Amino acid sequence: MDDVKEKKLKTASEHGIQAPLALLAELSHRCPLQCPYCSNPVQLEKKTGELTTDEWKSVVDQAVEMGMHQIHLSGGEPTVRHDLEDIVEHCTKQGLYTNLITSGVLLNPDRLRKLESLGLEHVQLSFQDTEKENADRIGGFKGGHEKKLEVAKWVRDVELPLTCNCVVHRQNIDNLENFIQMALDLDAERVEIAQVQYYGWALKNRAAFIPTPEQLDHATEIVEKARVDLKGKLVIDYVIPDYYAKHPKNCMGGWGRRFLNMNPKGDVLPCHAAETIPHLKFDNVREHSLKWIWENSEAFNLYRGTDWMPEPCKSCDRKEIDWGGCRCQAMALTGDAKNTDPACSISPLHSEIFSMAAEEARRAPPEFIYRRYGVRFNSPI
Amino acid sequence: MTDILKINDKTIPKFPKHVRFRHNKARDEWVVLAPERLVKLDPIAVEILQLVDGEREVKIIASLLSKKFNAPEETILVDIIEMLQNLSDKGFIEENG
Repeated sequence: MDDVKEKKLKTASEHGIQAPLALLAELSHRCPLQCPYCSNPVQLEKKTGELTTDEWKSVVDQAVEMGMHQIHLSGGEPTVRHDLEDIVEHCTKQGLYTNLITSGVLLNPDRLRKLESLGLEHVQLSFQDTEKENADRIGGFKGGHEKKLEVAKWVRDVELPLTCNCVVHRQNIDNLENFIQMALDLDAERVEIAQVQYYGWALKNRAAFIPTPEQLDHATEIVEKARVDLKGKLVIDYVIPDYYAKHPKNCMGGWGRRFLNMNPKGDVLPCHAAETIPHLKFDNVREHSLKWIWENSEAFNLYRGTDWMPEPCKSCDRKEIDWGGCRCQAMALTGDAKNTDPACSISPLHSEIFSMAAEEARRAPPEFIYRRYGVRFNSPI
Repeated sequence: MTDILKINDKTIPKFPKHVRFRHNKARDEWVVLAPERLVKLDPIAVEILQLVDGEREVKIIASLLSKKFNAPEETILVDIIEMLQNLSDKGFIEENG
């Protein structure tokens, strides 16, 4: 029982898991921005390895056949692909709810009008801050913020629904109220206020981003008040850094239970950070069908359900609520993906990690390590 | 920017542009879809939402369903308002006009 690998792993259907709900499609890792909290892996995929238009279309067909509802076209920056229009058209024809997650800086009014006419249903536009100098510094892209404000207007001009994606941290958290006001001013339907989640690039930059518990409490108060005041006017989604939570987040709704993620070369991942777990072997849509992968892929089945859990997860009454938290975080912070997510207050490592992060939050923030191709690191964190 | 919507019998409900009420063939189920949101629906909600077309008032929807299911219109009206208000508070329903 100690080594799950020795037993034959249960498949999705043996776990009673149905088809996934949504596909996060990372069309490319290329991006003009260099946000130091990027959710892409530290080893970025090059253009030459990317799936072709027809390969993406086949993936879309398979997703629909499986019963998926939504597709999020993301990156990197999805608009770097000149076939984005073809892919969008195919998604909407097939009946997927089609969402574009973009930095916006490569868009122009004609392209947005075209995407809207092809049936694109929603745009999520990222913002790094509400102050342009700081926003451009965080994104590592001069003129980015002003361009984004312009893009937001174009999005509304073609009557596409808009969500402002705002990643917040200690270097912009004081502008939280301004972020919400900006979303209202831009006539967005929805704003996503997400505290940085610490994997990959963000983990390398944690000391530069992690807020103090006091900053976080203040932010949470602001969001809760705005949610009441703006009920029915603006939808506010809020994600806290789970370092400061009592329970870990039920990451992805449980490993391999609801969602899947595809990287630019067609590897199918249980979440966008799964490549940070070195022993996982991913299956690729060039070799297997999406359905086969969801059902059988070892990378999915390894942490599905509760059989793999060690103590204290195994005997926890929340094990089927938060599903042991996040495997990638367990890997990054404890060195073993099977361990209890240290974000959980009953993890034996929780207090050590919590105090380390809180300590970082009190010191002056270090320089950013920007997200770039070919950055080399000396130490794992 | 619109004011907070209070659904009543004269409201003409519709789906906002970013919200889709759709039948998923592979699963054979009706769902409401919005960015990163999926609302599963009970059979009554499906009946109600199938009549939401941006033209019918809530009381017309109630009257149609009352006939279809041979049930008192007042009870149905209360249920419809409650359900639509709930969806409206979450941004899934708005008023036409």
